[in-house]
Amino acid sequence: MDLALIPKGVQRCSLKVFLPWTLLWLAILTWGLLSAFLCFYKGLNQTNMNHHFAFGLWIVFDLSLIALGAGAFFTGFLIHFISKEELKAIVNAAVVIGFICYSAALAVLAVDIGQPLRFWFIFWHANIHSMLTEVSFCITAYVGVLTIEYLPLILSNRKLNEIREFNIFGDNLHHVMALFAAAGTFLSFFHQGSLGGLFGVLFGRPFAFREGFLIWPWTFFLFILSSVAAGPSFTLLCVWVAEKVTGKELVKRSVFNLLGKISGWLLSSYIILKILDTIRWAYGVVPQAGLSFMDFYRGPYGVWLLIAEIAIFGIIPAFILITPKLRGRNGLLIIGALMNITGIVLNRFVFTIQTLAIPVMPLEKFMSYLPSWQEWGIAAGAIGYGILLFSLTYRYLPLFPQEPELNPVKVFGRVIGDFGVVKRA
Amino acid sequence: MFPFCFEWAWDAAHLIFMGLLYLVLGVIAFGLIHAVIKTWVKLRTPDGKCQGTDTE
Repeated sequence: MDLALIPKGVQRCSLKVFLPWTLLWLAILTWGLLSAFLCFYKGLNQTNMNHHFAFGLWIVFDLSLIALGAGAFFTGFLIHFISKEELKAIVNAAVVIGFICYSAALAVLAVDIGQPLRFWFIFWHANIHSMLTEVSFCITAYVGVLTIEYLPLILSNRKLNEIREFNIFGDNLHHVMALFAAAGTFLSFFHQGSLGGLFGVLFGRPFAFREGFLIWPWTFFLFILSSVAAGPSFTLLCVWVAEKVTGKELVKRSVFNLLGKISGWLLSSYIILKILDTIRWAYGVVPQAGLSFMDFYRGPYGVWLLIAEIAIFGIIPAFILITPKLRGRNGLLIIGALMNITGIVLNRFVFTIQTLAIPVMPLEKFMSYLPSWQEWGIAAGAIGYGILLFSLTYRYLPLFPQEPELNPVKVFGRVIGDFGVVKRA
Repeated sequence: MFPFCFEWAWDAAHLIFMGLLYLVLGVIAFGLIHAVIKTWVKLRTPDGKCQGTDTE
């Protein structure tokens, strides 16, 4: 039924298979929309957030999505400014994944701010000394950049591409893409950093507080480095999952290997700096606050979190990804990328939740927090939306330029380059 | 926030922070307007069809 919309030279499953697949993710998205409706209608009392946990699951989820979506700007940066031409095979997917991550993060934030109709206050009455203001400006502008980067891909749909205006406009956008990549890199650099910086400046919370360089605490630089380490791994993992789901090879193995290598070296640099930062914090900030190291690791948030974040999901994946022999094995490459992502998500969880769990007054006790089903619903809805959009993009747009070459479509033993409109007898 | 807003102050912090924001927004707007104008010019010429498919 939709054969005329399928990109040239590739084969897609029938609608009978595709529709049930989308229904599954639509159901999850509906759970998210219902949760959002309840939060808008009844307020944030639908969540388990309180005066202690002003940040909860949604902020952990937002910070993780933004870090994992860094693959979009970093891939663009590597192609346009470091001339890593091999990554052109994956840049469309990186842009789509980035768009999904950032648009989902904005949607979750719209529910989280409690008064979504006043979102414009942050732009009109900007507090220029706030890291959150910088983050808000950069994320909003970067979603615009990602939309522009996504646009030529949408316009290259075989039906839209037949319209002369769209065809030419998409091509012209393509020619100025380096400009948008530069803007995206600038915006991403600052908002990734400021997301870390907003924890590092909390001098009343010694678990998060860090010294730094000029106005930027060390967490500013650690968040940038961790996001560019996790972004390529997440792109790699998403494409690998797409390959498993579709049963096709979508990009050449060398592209996976390059992404793993880049991710591995960046993760190694990050982990070394993170270990140095933790040691400096343990021997500097902690005693200055009149506390001991173990005061910060109690209840459900024990020292195991630190071991998991740095040793298990930091050092091990870094070792796997920088070692050519280990990286060369498919299974280990994927495990390395997955562990890398887990470590970065754990880092965002620790900075958001554990920072708030630790008492700041002697009369307070160590707190813990569990999200409500509505909070889980919003997070799950964002995942449902992401998979749905990625699936639709894969089906109807030429997402992977190497796909026709890697999966030649044969009819009566002859390779054809225009399978989408071939009608079977 | 614009300079005519009552919260605005003519200090370095405001100039750097808002200046950089407007610079980036200006770059994005310039890229879009450039693509729109080039499209318009090409549409006015006969046989101005392009063959672009990838975003990058």
